[in-house]
Order: sequence, then C-alpha cells, then structure tokens
Amino acid sequence: MSWTQVSYCYDGSFAGFLSCVFDSYANREAPASFSTPEEPQISLWPERQAATHLERAQRVYRSVAARISPQAQVLVRRGFLTCLPERELYLWNFLRLGYRQGARVTQDLTSDWVHGLTKAVYQLEHEAHMYKGFVRFSDQAGFLVAQIAPKNRVLPLLGPHFSARFPQETFVIYDQSHLEALIHQSGAWTITGAEDFQPGDPTQEELSYRRLWKRFYDTIAIEGRINPTLRRSHMPKRYWGLLTELQPEPDPQGLTSRTYMAYSSNVCRLSATKPNSV
Amino acid sequence: MELLDKLTILSDAAKYDAACTSSGLDRTSRPAGMGSTLFAGCCHTFSADGRCVTLLKVLMSNYCVYDCQYCVNRRSNDTRRAAFTPQELCELTIGFYRRNYIEGLFLSSAVIGSPDRTTELMICTLRLLREKYGFWGYIHAKAIPGADPRLTQELGLLADRLSVNIELPSEASLTRLAPDKGKASILKPMALIRDGIQIAKRELAVSRHAPRFAPAGQSTQMIIGATPESDRQILTLSQSLYEKYHLKRVFYSAYMPVSNSRLLPAPQDFQPPLLREHRLYQADWLLRYYHFRAEELLDDAHPDFHPLLDPKCNWALHHLEFFPVEVNKADYEALLRVPGIGVKSARRILTARRCGPLGFEGLKRLGVVLKRAQYFLTCSGRAMVGLRVSQAGLLRHLTALDRPDTAPLEQLSLFDQVCPQP
Repeated sequence: MSWTQVSYCYDGSFAGFLSCVFDSYANREAPASFSTPEEPQISLWPERQAATHLERAQRVYRSVAARISPQAQVLVRRGFLTCLPERELYLWNFLRLGYRQGARVTQDLTSDWVHGLTKAVYQLEHEAHMYKGFVRFSDQAGFLVAQIAPKNRVLPLLGPHFSARFPQETFVIYDQSHLEALIHQSGAWTITGAEDFQPGDPTQEELSYRRLWKRFYDTIAIEGRINPTLRRSHMPKRYWGLLTELQPEPDPQGLTSRTYMAYSSNVCRLSATKPNSV
Repeated sequence: MELLDKLTILSDAAKYDAACTSSGLDRTSRPAGMGSTLFAGCCHTFSADGRCVTLLKVLMSNYCVYDCQYCVNRRSNDTRRAAFTPQELCELTIGFYRRNYIEGLFLSSAVIGSPDRTTELMICTLRLLREKYGFWGYIHAKAIPGADPRLTQELGLLADRLSVNIELPSEASLTRLAPDKGKASILKPMALIRDGIQIAKRELAVSRHAPRFAPAGQSTQMIIGATPESDRQILTLSQSLYEKYHLKRVFYSAYMPVSNSRLLPAPQDFQPPLLREHRLYQADWLLRYYHFRAEELLDDAHPDFHPLLDPKCNWALHHLEFFPVEVNKADYEALLRVPGIGVKSARRILTARRCGPLGFEGLKRLGVVLKRAQYFLTCSGRAMVGLRVSQAGLLRHLTALDRPDTAPLEQLSLFDQVCPQP
C-alpha cells in the first residue's frame, strides 16, 4: 500500500470513527492503529487527531450502502458494537476492500478481514440472542429494572425486541460492562451513558415471584438426567451471576444478603457522560 | 394449598414432557397488550439436566382418571395432587412473563373427570389470558385425546402450538401399557389439527383477518426404551408422522423409571437410554434438514444406531462410493451429506466459493469440522495434505474423535523410573 501509515486518535463514537475513514481517504493515509480516550495506545506511527464531523460521518455511512451494499452497512454498524480487539482496523480494512470490490466483499468469507469481522458480528448477535432470554427484570414500584454484563455492546440489539414485547411498560436495562442504560418509556427507547447504578431493595411481591421462579427452576430438572456439563455449555457460567434462579435463596424477611443481586433501583442515577453512538 | 406448593406439584408432574420450544412463529405485541414471539424461539434458562426452559411448563391439574403405566400421574400412583384455578395460572404466567423469566405458557393436563371437561378448563384459562390479560406471548397447549372436536378447534384458536402425545411407538405397546387410550384416539385429534391448520392457512390467504389456528404447528412426543421397538421402527414412524401429519417436531423422551409396573423395565437396575435418545434426535435432524430418508439410515441388517458413531458418519462409512465430495463443485445436497458439514457451513461454502476456490484452511474458517470432514472431501481435486488413512482405519479414526478417553494418555516425566528396580 502506497498510502502513508498513521495512527488515528478519535473520541470513541461511531461518528468519530466514520470521520476517521473520511480523513484517511481525503489525505491518502492508511491507519495502522486507532486510539480513543478510553483506550489510549502508544504507537510509533505519526499521530493524527481526527475531529468528529457529523456531516462527513453521514456521508461515509450513506456511501457504504450505496457503493458496497446495505448488508455491508449493517455489518459495519454492528461491527462497531463488538468487543473484537482492534475492531476499527478490521472495519477500515473491510471498507477499503468493499470500496474496491463492491457488494461481493461480504461473500468473501475466507479472507482475513472479512472473516474476522463477520465472526465478531456473529458473536455479538449470538450474545444478544442469549440476553433476550437471560435478562431478568425486577418490578420496582411499577417499572422494570434489569442489569446485564455482556462482552459486546448488545443494548442496541435488545432495544427493538424488548420494546416490541412490553410496549406499555417502562423499563431500564443497565449494561454494567459498558456503563450504558437502555431506557424504554411510552413506546420509545433510547440508550444513554450511565456512570452509576444503585440497586434498591426488592418488595415483598417481587421476592415472592423470585421464590416461585426459583422453585419452578429447581423442580423442572429431572433427577435421573442431571448433567452439569451440558448446562454449562448451553449457558456459560459468566451469565450465572445475574440470573435470579441461580442465586442463593433470599431470607424471608425481605433483607437481601450481600451476594444476592437486588438489581432493582430506587436510586438509578443516570448521567449522560458518554457520547451516544449513531 | 399455597401457590408455591401447587406450582411445585404441578411442574413436577409436567417435567417428563420433553417438548419445550417456543419456535415457529413471529408476532409482535398488540399496542394494548403484552408479549411477542420469535420465529427461532428463545431459551430463558437451562435446568440442572441441561435442558432448555423456555415456557412455564405446568399441568392444569394432576388428578387423572386414566391409569397409563408409564405415567407418574396415573390413577393408581400414590402422589400429591393439586389443581390450578384459571385465575391463579394467568397471574403466575403474567408475573413470570413481565420479569422475562419465560417465553410463554405450556399448558397440559391430566384428565379430570372427562377429556371434554379438561379441555373446557384449559380453554377457560387461555381465553382469560388472551382476552382479559392481553397476553400475546407463546402458548403451547396439549390437545386431550378423546375430547370433542369442537373443543379442540376452540383450543387451537387460542394456542400457538398444539400437540398430541403419541407416547409409545407401536400399537401393541399402547394397548398393553395405556389401555384407556388407543392408536385411533391419538391419531384422530392429530389429523383434526392438521386439517384445521391447512384450512386456516387457506383462509388467511383470502383475508388477513381470518382467525389463526395453531399458527406454530403441531408436535408430538414418544417415550423411548420402555418398550421393545427398534430404532428403525421409531424413525420410520417419525418420518411418516412428518409426512402424513405435517408435524413441526417429534420429541423423544428416554423412559425414566417412574413405575413399579411389571409391564415395564424394573426401576432398580434400569438406566435411562440417554445415548439412544441422542442418536434419535441426530437422525431426526437428518430427516428434517439434511434430506435423508429413514430407509437410508437404518435397514434390516442394522435396525439400531451405532453407539460409537453418529448416524451421518455411520451412513458415510457404509456409502464410501459417494465420496470424496469436491467442495468447489458439489451441490448443496451433496455437501450436506458430508460428516462435519452442517446447514450453516454448507450455505457459507456456497456463498464463499463464488469469490474464488476454497482450500482446507478456508473451510476451517467457514466452520467446517475438519477432523470429521477431512476424510470425505477434496478441494480442487486434492485431498488433505498428509492424510493417509486406509478405509478400514476410518472407523477407528472417527470413533476415536468421539471417545478420546478410551485410551487415556499420560504425561511422561523425566524423573520417572523407566526400568523396574531390581
């Protein structure tokens, strides 16, 4: 590649990344690494500060659908939500291949960049599907609160599902690994950055439903077929911490033990600190 | 009786029903109600036996007038009995659903009084749930054999999936173990549901407001290992059920020793045939997604599945003339027959080979399980480098993959005494 190798610093948002793509084509520079304020990286390449430019970002975003394919646009949008190491580099190289080859780039499943990206997106979608089942809401004075700890940023994929399922409910799903919260209210949902999330104490009714559910879960297993390996392979242990049925029995007074995740919230302090992605 | 006790008794009584799926239907909630369904289904948790829990699987009641020998709820069994009221069950379902514990309700029942009365109770519950509580999540209901066809029709208009359990894989076993049910009384509602679904589909083509009858289809279940049928008989039966009754799924449930009846295997030294159940499920997938026929998988000489090899590998070993398959040219059906290639990887191969020839490294990236597939494939006319296996050695190689523990390997230590001391 004859383009100059540089390292891009951007603000960590999707629009910021797309602005980097714009700059790299405008200046004929090939990024060798990306760094954000959250994940600073030291590199030997000359550093370029890429300012987020909404109009340019939208131009790049539209061009992906027009010049590559709508499918590639989805892949780029979702690829940015994954936890793939150096995901920006994968995305940039995918785009570069795409602008050269057109729509057929998404078919080239065995090439390094496309394979890496599609695999990461597949994992993101899989994790989102798992969380469609594993989210556990608590009723807190009429609204529902849940907490999750995903590897990928699954909230944008959970939004449409849960808002279609509970159109009349007000609910919050807090992503504790990425400090974001999905908030649904009167038919519309948004995602905001949330620094802190303090769960409150569950009500008696809530506790009795948890007890019923735990009892159902314990009863439904057939003793003659107990198979811990199979359970772990379907439901890896990293999900267990926030599942109601796998917590120790809460004591009947309604006091929660330290280990019990009372993930309901009186005090749900939401503060918009992180920039929202496109 | 407290709700907690009722739930314990009635879910304990329902747990031997294997079916727990919420698939086959995409629907979003109505604005005034709650609930949606996903075409692929959704597992909400996995119980200690590793099975998916997606629906609240309970019986309406476990008071039964029948005396089927294989069933925990038979009249002659001394067990605790309980019954939900429709109101209780609705509130439980909604309470669980709102907290995202479940995908919907799986409602079955023992026969209280008569099949008609039982079905009426179930209809009453489901109507309350759909109409009063505005619940549009998944509902799987058991049709009760012997109930009035009009009641079954009504049940189907409220539920998403209906099922009638065939329970035992032959008529002789049914007469012996379930004297109150007959083959005819099981197949009759099954045919009724099939016709109901077909009529509803035709009406839906005319008007989108037509009522939907069991839109997620029907399924059934049979118990494996309680009676002497061979795998071949069972699989042939499944195939004909798929063809004649358009079932979505046939479930197999390894018999659990729940009865002391002398007609059944003695509970003391009985091991539930879990491996056999697994092989049957593997073969069932081959019937539904891999274009296999039951006659191809098993014949008179081999009426049962190989315990060490999965049905597809077993078929491949007996049909070596079909192989090797050329990855870059073979059609979809031929690719599906290769052990180690599944539906997903076969589709990916079709997509990826339009961009250029595929090699073994590429296949690995597409998700092909090369440790099995390598013996049956060529890439651009070439077999895997360094692969030299005689046809007789193939069985040994393939079984070693499934059972790596048959020859335990030991880490040698430098300081071990190589020669025995004098």
